[in-house]
Amino acid sequence: MNYIDNIVFAVLIFLGIGFFVKNIKKLTRNIKLGKHIDRTDNSNERWKNMAMVALGQSKMVKRPVAGILHILVYVGFIIINIEVVEIIIDGLFGTHRVLSFLGGIYNFLIGLFEILALLVLVAVIVFWLRRMVVRIPRFWNKEMKGFPKNDALNILYFEMVLMSLFLIMNATDVHFQSMNFGNPISQFLVPIFDGFSAESLHVIERVAWWLHIAGILVFLNYLYYSKHLHILLAFPNTYYANLNAKGKFNNLESVTNEVKLMMDPSADPFAAPVEDDNETPEKFGASDVTDLNWVQLMNAYTCTECGRCTSSCPANLTGKELSPRAIMMKTRDRLEEIGENINKNGKFVDDNKQLLNDYITPEEIWACTSCNACVEECPVNIDPLSIILDMRRYLVMEQSAASPELNMMMTNIENNGAPWQYNQMDRLNWKDE
Amino acid sequence: MNVPTMAEMMAQGKQPEVLFWVGCAGSFDDRAKKITKAFVKILNKAKVDFAVLGTEESCTGDPAKRAGNEFLFQMQAMTNIEILNAYEVKKIVTACPHCFNTLKNEYPELGGTYEVVHHTELLKSLLDEGRLTIEGGKFKGKRITFHDPCYLGRANDVYEAPRELIQKLDVELVEMKRCKTNGLCCGAGGAQMFKEPEKGTKDINVERTEDALEVSPNIIATGCPFCNTMMTDGVKAKDKENEIEVLDIAELIANAEDL
Repeated sequence: MNYIDNIVFAVLIFLGIGFFVKNIKKLTRNIKLGKHIDRTDNSNERWKNMAMVALGQSKMVKRPVAGILHILVYVGFIIINIEVVEIIIDGLFGTHRVLSFLGGIYNFLIGLFEILALLVLVAVIVFWLRRMVVRIPRFWNKEMKGFPKNDALNILYFEMVLMSLFLIMNATDVHFQSMNFGNPISQFLVPIFDGFSAESLHVIERVAWWLHIAGILVFLNYLYYSKHLHILLAFPNTYYANLNAKGKFNNLESVTNEVKLMMDPSADPFAAPVEDDNETPEKFGASDVTDLNWVQLMNAYTCTECGRCTSSCPANLTGKELSPRAIMMKTRDRLEEIGENINKNGKFVDDNKQLLNDYITPEEIWACTSCNACVEECPVNIDPLSIILDMRRYLVMEQSAASPELNMMMTNIENNGAPWQYNQMDRLNWKDE
Repeated sequence: MNVPTMAEMMAQGKQPEVLFWVGCAGSFDDRAKKITKAFVKILNKAKVDFAVLGTEESCTGDPAKRAGNEFLFQMQAMTNIEILNAYEVKKIVTACPHCFNTLKNEYPELGGTYEVVHHTELLKSLLDEGRLTIEGGKFKGKRITFHDPCYLGRANDVYEAPRELIQKLDVELVEMKRCKTNGLCCGAGGAQMFKEPEKGTKDINVERTEDALEVSPNIIATGCPFCNTMMTDGVKAKDKENEIEVLDIAELIANAEDL
């Protein structure tokens, strides 16, 4: 009967990790619904990018307050999780603080974890205050109502509880406290439990221990449903990010082929097109998430809804409908919807919905100035602009849905080589004016 | 004003050092034409061997591409590339960051590979090579703020060349709160120049002009004909057109010495 704890623990770990793996599989399947794009070139530069931007948080600190607090939480999260190794061994084998044989080093590490836990706790409380008391505007844009708002708060509460449990667990561990080394923070919690019997202290310590590990597993599984996936996806996302100059928009190859054919004087305009039954005619641009490439879809899962993009978007700042963050959130929502559809039906069954119109309106798409502020701002190198451009391409090339003014501009370019109605033959008149 | 065309050059069997890509705004827009002329005056003064395409130049296709019309863009690009390649052009300078970006970044894959520089970059290198001298002249001591064009700055990481040129004018260069990588767009990019803005609470150029007004400049400098229009309109909207001038860097340099 002594093994019940260990068995319960093993089952808990198995379920926790198993469920997580299942979600990760769903995640990668959904990302792979995107079109192929080759981002395997320049691996040196890519690794460097990942080291700087994801691991080194170089873009986070451009806003120093949030940046430094975030680094505390990030470093704390990674380092404190070393403790999980011990928790798992203890849980599976019924040991208690199995690594304490390391002696001084062990206590030093635990002491470090305690300090970090306190720093994380403080940082997370400041984050909460920034959201709920200071009410920084980017946390209150209209796309942040309902789940996105609660999601952010849930994560903060989770971290507060996990850090507190860790400290309580140490504070109520009588033996650990009696060593009085490695408890720089928890020793100050000990007086709270003054007068508790050894028995109740033990119970509290055990409850805190169990809740701590259970909390970690729940949090792990909460990731997939929340904006918090960035803790994993920031790494591949920065690795596979665009390395070209931000002003360079891709040239559609399918268009190049057609334009070359049109301009080739030896091409036979009446030749029958080569039939290929296996190939569905390519759509120009994107009207749904499956028209986007897999990096754009990974971008959507990576977005942690911090809103730095939106807070620097000229369109959003001047009250337009467009919010680059909402572009990413809607892309993800639609991708999730398609994923659920596939889960339910085995394959995608048309639901008469699309990313365009059902999620993102043309009004949003047309408000963009392509200024790249959102791309520049994103701490994990997400590219909302590329999605906006792909949707414009669909609107213009598949639906001819540009505004009359834009159509006028394009007609002018076609007819007289300038966006305004001037004769190309007058192009050099300025010289003599 | 000496403005040779590539056709004339070719007829004489000459190949200029650099092609000046004037751009549609620089060719047709009344305000932007002044920038074009100012730049040509500097080129002539520095004895730069240049030529223009003249009537053989056509829109790069930038606004079409950014509006989503990839077909029209590539048609324009390939037509232009045929001409540029026929003249064996190696180096291009332009005073329009949109032309600059498109020629530099989007033409190579379509067969048009050139060394493309923005006019502020060319002026900077002329200065460094000692072919051009810049004096403060009538701008001496003025407060100047530089508005970063998105397609020069964020799009292509050119932030310093225009600033170094301004500083040569013996002026006080003051930075707006949002500058360089954090610079705010004037509102014209992405084909917005050619359409009415979507419904909102404010015009982007007014928002940006307010950034500039905060540092109380005598002059708002920029390096883009579209930014110039937007900022000029913004200054008018704020009733400051009698106090604040909006000038291109080429105009600052040319006007400083009354070229």
